[in-house]
Amino acid sequence: MSTATLSPAIRVQGVEKAYGDLAVLRGVDLDVAAGSIFALLGSNGAGKTTLVKILATLLRADTGSAEVNGFDVRDRAGDVRESISLTGQFAAVDEVLTGRENLVLVARLRHVREPGAVAERLLERFDLVDAGDRKAGTYSGGMRRRLDIAMSLIGDPPVVVLDEPTTGLDPQARIEVWKTVRQLAESGTTVLLTTQYLDEAEHLADRIAILHGGRIIQNGTLDELKKLLPPARVEYVEKQPSLEEVFLALVGEQVPSAAGRES
Amino acid sequence: MSATHAVADTVVLTGRSLRHILRSPDTIITTAVTPIAMMLLFVYVLGGAIETGSDEPYVTYLLPGILLMTIASGVAYTSYRLFLDLQGGIVERFQSMPIGRSAVLWGHVLTSLVANAVSVAIVVAVALVMGFRSGAGVLAWLGAAGILLLFTVALTWLAVVAGLSAKTVDGASAFSYPLIFLPFISSAFVPTDSMPGPVAWFAENQPVTAIVNAIRALLDGQSAGGDLWVALAWCLGLLVVAYAWAVATYRRRLR
Repeated sequence: MSTATLSPAIRVQGVEKAYGDLAVLRGVDLDVAAGSIFALLGSNGAGKTTLVKILATLLRADTGSAEVNGFDVRDRAGDVRESISLTGQFAAVDEVLTGRENLVLVARLRHVREPGAVAERLLERFDLVDAGDRKAGTYSGGMRRRLDIAMSLIGDPPVVVLDEPTTGLDPQARIEVWKTVRQLAESGTTVLLTTQYLDEAEHLADRIAILHGGRIIQNGTLDELKKLLPPARVEYVEKQPSLEEVFLALVGEQVPSAAGRES
Repeated sequence: MSATHAVADTVVLTGRSLRHILRSPDTIITTAVTPIAMMLLFVYVLGGAIETGSDEPYVTYLLPGILLMTIASGVAYTSYRLFLDLQGGIVERFQSMPIGRSAVLWGHVLTSLVANAVSVAIVVAVALVMGFRSGAGVLAWLGAAGILLLFTVALTWLAVVAGLSAKTVDGASAFSYPLIFLPFISSAFVPTDSMPGPVAWFAENQPVTAIVNAIRALLDGQSAGGDLWVALAWCLGLLVVAYAWAVATYRRRLR
């Protein structure tokens, strides 16, 4: 679709949302370029999830407009749902079903051909083949999140929203998720990522926006954001390994910056 | 959203929750156990002293009320399962996908019908062992089954409201307690004319009595008469109210 490639994958203009007297979003403007990884940074309760839910047609904005893949979330909700896939904050997988059944379920609901084959391919891609026939309730946090992300890729939606994808994960699982996000972007999918971890945005995102007090207070590349502060001074500090580096070295995983390697 | 998609999506989601039940069949057993215990207690302990004014075995008199209790406790699992789906976030996942808007609720409702039909069949089988007999023809049986089905659908939509509005797991199923208790103040266990004035008045004018009397008459091979229409009116009225309430509650959640 030519219009979809020309316009941004996500466009948010003047969106406001209040729950009763509590104004959560007070006029959010945001453009996410197609094929990029965009990090929405904010502390707990900043309104990240509210914004994400508006984009996924789960909530309605009080005022303002939002478009996904060129479709207005209010008027073309059906087309928006075809275009976007939401991976929620709490890994909404069906714990009673197996990993494979979860994938087949979503494949059927997205009306794709050969749901079984789609599920098989995703199990392979996300390294879940051995666990495919086990109940998802028995999965570790990292496996569960991988299954969650795999479920949201069914039907090849052009826009994937990951709402705090690494919250509550251990460092290894976090690296697994980062690797997945990079692969997604390489295949041309637009990724909107919300996070409260600064290093996550730093490692993954092409652009970073900071949501604070219901508004986007900064929006730019990492370099642009860094320039907002006084220039770096050279100081000599003894380099101590961080606890994360120690942990990952002891359990035999590489540090995040080198996580792209094939295992 | 095409209608065929909505139907296909409902079928997929019904299959999903039926699979949940197959993997924890205890929900069906639990639904049937309390009514069966109640039936044993009333038939073998209390029943000997109860004068129903008919010469049929007491278990035959008792069964319709017991079946309503079975359904009332069975639908509690619908609100329980719906509540867990909402809490776990899987409903949001479904709603963010291009599926029929009502498919999530209908999936739970159809699952409730299947699960309750199985529970009711188990209770009827136990009643047969205990000496329940019916001389009713196929048509009367179908009529009785139809009333039970309508009753189940109506209570299930009420269960959907409870599941959608609940704040805790316990709250999700609490709505069913008064419904399970309702048959005690009706013609289910003893004839209403043995009750003191105000209690008898309540018993005679609440839905369970009409439904029990209609099913009892049908299974006894008699004409259900006016009770049948009163029973149908109660069930349909409850269904319309519960359905509208459930849909309104569901829409409000998505704002």
